[in-house]
Amino acid sequence: MRVEISTKRIYSDFVKKVEEINGQTLPPCYQCGKCSAGCPMSFAMELLPNQIIRLVQLGLEEDIAKSNTIWICASCITCSLRCPRGVDLARVMEALRLITMRKNIDHVKISEIPQETIAELPQLAMVGGFRKLTA
Amino acid sequence: MERIGVFLCHCKLIPPIDTGRVFEAIGNKPGVVYAADYEEMCMAPGLERVKEAIKDEKLDGVVLTSCSPALYEETFRHIVTSAGLEGYQMVVAELKGQDGAKEATQRAIEAIESALERLRMSRPTVSSRVPITKRALVIGGGIAGIQASLDIADAGYEVILVEKTPSIGGRMIQLSETFPTLDCPQCIETPKMTDTGQHPNIKILAYSEVEGVSGNIGKFKVKIRRKAAYVDWDKCNGCGICQERCATKALAEFQQYLDLPGKIAHRKAIYIPFAQAVPMRPVIDREHCRYFTKGKCGLCEMACPVGAIDFSQQDSFVEIEVGAIIVATGFDLMPKSEIAEFEEDPDIIDGLEFERLLCPAGPTAGKVIRPSDGREPKEVVFISCCGSRDPEHGVPYCSRVCCMYLVKHALLYKHAVPDGQAYIFYMDIRTTGKGYEEFIQRAVEEDKVLYLRGRVSKVFRDGDKIKVWGSDTLTGKRVEIACDLAVLGMAMLPSEGSKELAVKLSIATDEYGFMTELHPKLCPLESTVPGIYLAGCCQGPKDIPDAVAQGGGAASKLLSLFSQDEVILEEAAVS
Repeated sequence: MRVEISTKRIYSDFVKKVEEINGQTLPPCYQCGKCSAGCPMSFAMELLPNQIIRLVQLGLEEDIAKSNTIWICASCITCSLRCPRGVDLARVMEALRLITMRKNIDHVKISEIPQETIAELPQLAMVGGFRKLTA
Repeated sequence: MERIGVFLCHCKLIPPIDTGRVFEAIGNKPGVVYAADYEEMCMAPGLERVKEAIKDEKLDGVVLTSCSPALYEETFRHIVTSAGLEGYQMVVAELKGQDGAKEATQRAIEAIESALERLRMSRPTVSSRVPITKRALVIGGGIAGIQASLDIADAGYEVILVEKTPSIGGRMIQLSETFPTLDCPQCIETPKMTDTGQHPNIKILAYSEVEGVSGNIGKFKVKIRRKAAYVDWDKCNGCGICQERCATKALAEFQQYLDLPGKIAHRKAIYIPFAQAVPMRPVIDREHCRYFTKGKCGLCEMACPVGAIDFSQQDSFVEIEVGAIIVATGFDLMPKSEIAEFEEDPDIIDGLEFERLLCPAGPTAGKVIRPSDGREPKEVVFISCCGSRDPEHGVPYCSRVCCMYLVKHALLYKHAVPDGQAYIFYMDIRTTGKGYEEFIQRAVEEDKVLYLRGRVSKVFRDGDKIKVWGSDTLTGKRVEIACDLAVLGMAMLPSEGSKELAVKLSIATDEYGFMTELHPKLCPLESTVPGIYLAGCCQGPKDIPDAVAQGGGAASKLLSLFSQDEVILEEAAVS
């Protein structure tokens, strides 16, 4: 299917919201791929970080929602530090997570976490995880 | 020649050669009495050895080998002549390059054998001294030709500047603003055009073409056709009343034949091509003029206050003698029709047409409109590499300026239509000039130009919109944009007629018609004929700074020739 690119899409509410939450406009990205090249979690991602940025640039929200990338992101900010164009990718990832969670969608269901896992996880990780992955 | 010496060079640039085998193979050739090898024959110690051997062995013929004979011949000639031989007693064999089918040693043997053969056929030359006619011919009055003319004229020599169209200025004067600093050519080129027009050493022959060239460096005879303008330019004072009175309109060359609503881009049948024309003189377009098509009219003749209209004028010829020639014939854009998958439509235009729409001094006074209905386009798609980098359907080379002028278009469009959106399809963005990359980043950041990486496969009309089908290879998605106007960055071609001109000048061109420089790196300004120099896009696609630099460079080459009083021409003696 052809994706229609138009001002409606590239200036959609979704794009505006991403820009508003992360505090930065996204066009500076020139798709060099350095973020993905250095990402320690990219092995587990369905879409690479630079692809996520590209999808935001084009306003393709559904494609982002379909991939696990934003949830795999460890917020280690390696990408943000290395970006030659000053794009703070970690903040973009956080913005994308927030947009989903504000719709009251949890990425993990606390009640479904097995007892043994809870027993093994440090408290700090649990708090961080809930903060990051639940609405 | 009875006593021939062979000198074999085998530095690291040349594939390893079995020198023993070479010597063995050529040792018994007739006349060969001496052979030596050295690692770097081109360096001073190597050259000294050649010199000594010529004297000690009383050689009367020499074969030297080299990686690049064209560049070393002059050096070798000095050494050989300083040892008492004459130029014809030396031949340089080329050893560089490896042919997969043959190994290096065999190739070297064959090259030397052929050089020995040439040496045997070589006859004494007679040199004649030709006084240099210190007058220059510059062909083409674009920015490169203008720069060359001014530089030569400022140095005190006479320049004849031949321009095909009625005014100098070339492509640059058609542009709206120039990247990356956005100066307008009407502001920065016009002073140079005026200087050229008023310079006591420059004679502009506008509306003229080179008909034939004969002679050699120092003394070329050139026949120039002065096309009939049907206006006596000596009487004419450039007032322009004739074009005001003329009742016939036609599409204008200067506006790239843009057909805009209300015929605002049209010119009259008698016209001065644009407001800043140099010379400021009108010509009559025979194909549209009512006097010529219907046999009666003469409105311009009646209006002309100085009686300059002359319907009986014929093409005339002038013959001039010049010492050297600079070719600066510029470029044309590949016609849009060359790309079959892009529909022909008034709202699908090329880069030069869009320049005219953007130009503050253009037909719309800089207001961007759609040629079809005059509306302001709200979404514009710019397409790079139309015909360029497409060896199958267009030309394989990169046209070098499209990346930059398309982003400039997008930026100027956004300045003209702040609520509009510009999209650019690209394959690579090539920004090699000073300030170019920053310019693109500025357009992306400040003017929100959206780049889409991929070629466009179809552009067609869909109702009121122009649909562009492309892909964004960064996301792997096929994309479709419904826009109001599509601008194609068509490939640059050598200007029409440049191949024919090259034939008249006996200079070489490549398969596309770009004129070949003597050496791609070390002689970029010289053509393949001594005394003929190249400047601007006739040699290959380039931007304005490069064209100006080359124009100045060609002028300085010409001036170093003019700093001598005569040239020495060598010819084989008639035996």
